[in-house]
Amino acid sequence: MNNVSLESIAKSFDASKPPAVKDVSFEVSDGELFGLIGPDGAGKTTLFRILTTLLLADEGKAKVAGCDVVKDYKQIRKEVGYMPGKFSLYQDLSVEENLNFFATLFGTTVMENYDLIKDIYVQLEPFKTRRAGKLSGGMKQKLALCCALIHRPKVLFLDEPTTGVDAVSRWEFWEMLKRLKTEGITILVSTPYMDEASLCEKIALIQEGRIMSIDTPMAITAAFPKELFAIKAENMSQLLNSLRDNELVQSVNAFGEYHHITLVKDSGTPDAFTDRLPMAIEWKTIEPTIEDCFIHMMSA
Amino acid sequence: MTGEVAISTDKLTKRFGDFVAANEITFDVKKGEIFGFLGANGAGKTTAMRMLCGLSIPSSGQATVAGFDVYRQTEEIKKNIGYMSQKFSLYEDLTVWENIRFFAGIYGVPRSEIAPRAKEKLRQLGLYHQRNQLVASLPLGWKQKLSFSVAVFHQPEIVFLDEPTGGVDPVTRRQFWDLIYEASDQGITIFVTTHYMDEAEYCHRISMMVDGYIKALDTPTALKQNYGAESMDEVFFELARGAQRKGD
Repeated sequence: MNNVSLESIAKSFDASKPPAVKDVSFEVSDGELFGLIGPDGAGKTTLFRILTTLLLADEGKAKVAGCDVVKDYKQIRKEVGYMPGKFSLYQDLSVEENLNFFATLFGTTVMENYDLIKDIYVQLEPFKTRRAGKLSGGMKQKLALCCALIHRPKVLFLDEPTTGVDAVSRWEFWEMLKRLKTEGITILVSTPYMDEASLCEKIALIQEGRIMSIDTPMAITAAFPKELFAIKAENMSQLLNSLRDNELVQSVNAFGEYHHITLVKDSGTPDAFTDRLPMAIEWKTIEPTIEDCFIHMMSA
Repeated sequence: MTGEVAISTDKLTKRFGDFVAANEITFDVKKGEIFGFLGANGAGKTTAMRMLCGLSIPSSGQATVAGFDVYRQTEEIKKNIGYMSQKFSLYEDLTVWENIRFFAGIYGVPRSEIAPRAKEKLRQLGLYHQRNQLVASLPLGWKQKLSFSVAVFHQPEIVFLDEPTGGVDPVTRRQFWDLIYEASDQGITIFVTTHYMDEAEYCHRISMMVDGYIKALDTPTALKQNYGAESMDEVFFELARGAQRKGD
């Protein structure tokens, strides 16, 4: 029973402001890699803190590994690993000392669970006597993950582990998560990067404290209600403005090399108005990304 | 864009002991250009940016920013640039209006110009009615848009943006780029770092830093062609994968 469930969870910090999270319900199955996807301020950290028993919800119920977050908080604390968004290890202890410290806190030893962290720790080993505060960003992140794993948790909470990390290191981090999954650990990970959503088995899209959608990444993109086109021209900012002014176009969003558009009429294609644009364009039909879906849900 | 040069560097280098954080970097940025400054963590971007902002004296090489020398005229540089980062925030316990007045004052905008210009900016941003609210009460996306407006309020020649859209929702992220384009159209040079590869596509030109060197510098289209890549993501992977340095 390594699952997680939330039922109508709500939390407010300031009565004069909208709640941080409101009516949040979802389930994470045993051994699942579950992603909480949303921008800063969406409520991701609040949910993680409620689930790791660091914060009490105002309303609702939640269970982690079969334990209630209020009644059984002591048990939960033994069974989860938590890597907060902010680096929270002891900066003036060395790599080794941090790891030993956390192992001791949980009544275990580094040796006992070394197999679990081995792949990650070997990269840290050359720096094991270095103070944690002197490590590079990528190395800090790896050490924090090792410390969160050292007591072999049933459920692992990773709050924005890849924020501010470059694309290559982000990819490496997700490779590590995939390996951990094979150990049967349930993993909840939050991220503001929409492109990481497809690496999760199941995702919840969250915005302003509310869950907009929960499903597999494929099911979410499959549910996109319109036909989507990618369109480009020599002058992209001029094209963007022309498309915004075009009454046949329902939505237009810049997506790097292309703009993504949907049309008011679903039977149409961009051919219907190419002659009315002040420039030559290229277009194609495309599959929506999670980011397309997120934007669509935000504006719905 | 005109042919005028806003930033020019020639073999600009910064050493910390034996460590060469930025190694003979050479490039020009044109006036009004949106210049994407990309690289892996630890590649030397921050070091290079600090030199260009007049905050760190180079070890060797030459550079001018807005026509001012990075060794001798750092104070002039600071007056002629704007700066914003993901972390840099406005004063949360001042109102929107107070923040603008404060930063405009710091940058020496004439007192008589502050109010009318602030009014216009806030109307454009759709923030005029929130002008007396504390910045702390604004949603993150608005804070970032306001930060940008404050960074260009004194009409600097160049604005440095260090991961300005990190963690921002996808709709606001795009609105933010509208602001960047607008500033660029007005002739302000944009020097921007980002971890979002789709945003790299919005830049006129991109430089990629790896292990202290500038490994590639071109338009997004040309970079993709040169590396036989479909997307900027692939270009980035191709270049950064060989990196020796892994750091911040």
